[in-house]
Amino acid sequence: MADLTTNFAGIRSPNPFWLASGPPTNCGEQIMRAFDKGWGGAVWKTIGDPIVNVSSRYSSLDWNGQRMMGLNNIELITDRPIAVNLREITEVKKRYPAHAVVASLMVESKRETWHDIVKRTEDAGADGLELNFGCPHGMSERGMGSAVGQVPEYACMITEWVKEVARTPVIVKLTPNITDIRAVARAARRGGADALSAINTINSITGIDLDTLTPRPNVGGRSAHGGYCGPAVKPIALHLVQQIASDPEVGLPISGIGGISGWREAAEFILLGCGTVQVCTAAMRYGYRIVEDMIDGLSNWMDEKGFRTIDDLRGMSLPKITEWKNLDLNFKIVARINRDTCIGCDLCYIACWDGAHQCIHLDGHALPAGLEAASRARISPTPIAKLDVAALPHGITPPVRIPRVDEEECVGCNLCWLVCPVENCITMEQVDTGKPRESWAMRTGGPA
Amino acid sequence: MSQPALPVPDNRERFPELHPALDANAALAEANRCLFCFDAPCTAACPTHIDVPRFIKKISSGNLRGSALTILDANILGLSCSRVCPVDVLCEGACVMLRYNQKPIEIGRLQRHAMDYFYASGTGLPARPPRSTKPVACVGGGPASLACAAELRRRGYTVTIFDNRPLPGGLNTYGIAEYKLRPSDSLREVELVRSLGVEFRQAEVGATVSLDQLEKEFDLIFLGAGLGAMERLGIPGEQLPGVIGALHFIERYKTFPGFQVGRRVVVIGGGNTAIDAANAARRLGAEEVHLFYRRTEKEMPAFPFEYHNSKVEGVRFHWLAQPLEIVARDGRAASVKFAETRLEEPDATGRRRATPVPGSDFEVACDMVIPALGQSRFIAVLHESRGIELEGGSIAVDRPTGRTANPRYYAGGDCVNGGREVVDAVADGKRAALAMARQLEGSTNG
Repeated sequence: MADLTTNFAGIRSPNPFWLASGPPTNCGEQIMRAFDKGWGGAVWKTIGDPIVNVSSRYSSLDWNGQRMMGLNNIELITDRPIAVNLREITEVKKRYPAHAVVASLMVESKRETWHDIVKRTEDAGADGLELNFGCPHGMSERGMGSAVGQVPEYACMITEWVKEVARTPVIVKLTPNITDIRAVARAARRGGADALSAINTINSITGIDLDTLTPRPNVGGRSAHGGYCGPAVKPIALHLVQQIASDPEVGLPISGIGGISGWREAAEFILLGCGTVQVCTAAMRYGYRIVEDMIDGLSNWMDEKGFRTIDDLRGMSLPKITEWKNLDLNFKIVARINRDTCIGCDLCYIACWDGAHQCIHLDGHALPAGLEAASRARISPTPIAKLDVAALPHGITPPVRIPRVDEEECVGCNLCWLVCPVENCITMEQVDTGKPRESWAMRTGGPA
Repeated sequence: MSQPALPVPDNRERFPELHPALDANAALAEANRCLFCFDAPCTAACPTHIDVPRFIKKISSGNLRGSALTILDANILGLSCSRVCPVDVLCEGACVMLRYNQKPIEIGRLQRHAMDYFYASGTGLPARPPRSTKPVACVGGGPASLACAAELRRRGYTVTIFDNRPLPGGLNTYGIAEYKLRPSDSLREVELVRSLGVEFRQAEVGATVSLDQLEKEFDLIFLGAGLGAMERLGIPGEQLPGVIGALHFIERYKTFPGFQVGRRVVVIGGGNTAIDAANAARRLGAEEVHLFYRRTEKEMPAFPFEYHNSKVEGVRFHWLAQPLEIVARDGRAASVKFAETRLEEPDATGRRRATPVPGSDFEVACDMVIPALGQSRFIAVLHESRGIELEGGSIAVDRPTGRTANPRYYAGGDCVNGGREVVDAVADGKRAALAMARQLEGSTNG
């Protein structure tokens, strides 16, 4: 049985699954229920001078019948008094001493103000602090959140102020709304941060109501850009996490955030170097209960792969990411179609013809338009039961509908495999080019 | 003019629909399952080649009008086809999902969803101004003629449909079981065709209007006259009160309020119409419905799902029995005498002949007999049309064009194919219309 306990920059938790700062961590009552469900830690909804929120606050991107592929919010930090939040932190820590309670903080950019909130929060019993330098909407207009996180000098300065008084680990939360995330990560390091968390939400407008022509979310007929999160942002988050995890000038523990809704995504963030992961959207959508399969799934996968602890797998995939110039130009794969499992949808054919390199063929080398015209010209009477139907066995794909790959022409782009709805029907298989490994860097004489 | 009331009000309750409509959410979820195959097998399998993935993707994008127009562009009777098509052997039977997770996309119900939206929206189809070509006549008001007329009219040609019944629509209006298609829906399709600018005249070609008159007024003539009266059993007693042909039986219960079914009904035949009649008899209140067929379940021409539904309805099936005589008591049919049959080796058509076993006679008491032995070819209209060749009792045509041996006559539907599905009639009518349009263009330009 895998050991999921973690020690993240000195903050211990029974597992790496933390709730990210947001609506699911708004108050102590919620966080205690989350801990009862199995969450290992929680980053408190950002504490600072209470704000006033608007209604509505969220909008989502739905895709192909699936709700909330991406979620956007314009909610600000806590709307509850600082004293109330701190009192509840004390209460939670008293009842759940083994769980991680991290306080997310955001106050105006004054040294004394930061000193004050850090001291009070630590006195309340928080295990660590997360500096919210990432919130991209509302607060940034007031010189806080991503307004700080987008300027490395500000991020460094405020981190220094915090570190002047902090006794617990300080995590700096990074915004993705910046050209090179490494610049702020390095600044946080210079300021003395103990760890980083990434990513905060991405600037977004999710869509427009085509009846009212008002973008969503609609606040009295107007809208404002929000912060995007949910499954859609995972690839962006993974890339930014990899950027800071691979940067030798950063070298800090990372808490991964962005589109994590199950154990698979959690494993991916850990493989790119994260010590813990944070979840918000998935918990907003399904409730705290989702952590059960996160723990169970990750544990089962680790057992199956022989990983004993989180540290055993942490960062395992980092060495496998390099710059493009170092990839082997002589590595070749081609698509192979399994005739026994092909269902004859011919999506690979049209994808290859219109979206790739015209190397998947049907019926000789017929063009797509010719194939369609032939089908439309066919006289297809209703088969008469008992006589004709027997000639159309349901279980077998008509051979004419099974495409053929021209392996000489195939460039190994993966597109056909990506569009194929049947698992393992199209496989990408390596072919020996007989040539030694050669990268663009090697070919052009630069450093490998 | 007094017209029969359609539909008979009670029938909605007595015949709940076999495949009820999908609600909007269910339609969206189902539409999103569609893979959007290239050169989709469902489209190829549809006799009218409706672009199925295209209309389904329009449902999922919320473009229901576009979805409906995609369907109507290929098949003007998209509404009735969505309800009566044997989708198991057509589009849904060709769906690749059968080989993926065994659950084909519910194409028929999605098509109905788009069609219901179209008719509820009341927006109709744009009518095109007529071109200056000679007019076309369509003989018969059923699906083949409606499809032919609509296709020609949408291309600008002037078309008149001749139908001998009070209401057009042919078997869609008068001959399809109520739980599949209601006459009101058939009539909505007739109105759609009328709205395109097609003219309808109630007249019997060959009687009130001669072919000579027709030829004088119209340049080209499409024969979509369907089949004639039910084939005779050819046994004593079939003229007795209490004996009613299956199509006549269906027409009567659909059009006459208070129509009485027997208490104990014998249906003779093994086709889909026999099953429609047997199911209807049950729903109308018959205590027992016995269906007799001279071969076995294996040879029965009815679709398997029809047979299955009928068993659920409580129809009892009896195999290997051939009727010999309908016996009267007090001047009404009171029983049917049958002989047991034996199946011989397959003949040239591949079907096993059934021959009566001597001395095996038995008698089945009943108070109503419904023969449903298939339909005889309606050829009366052809007696007056010289030069049109027949083949096995049907009109012989060139399949891709529907053209008969006489260059002014085209034909399609049941009078050509011997009695198939609505969608086959639509496909025939459409193919003929395209060929007629080419011929009319040629004569105008030449």
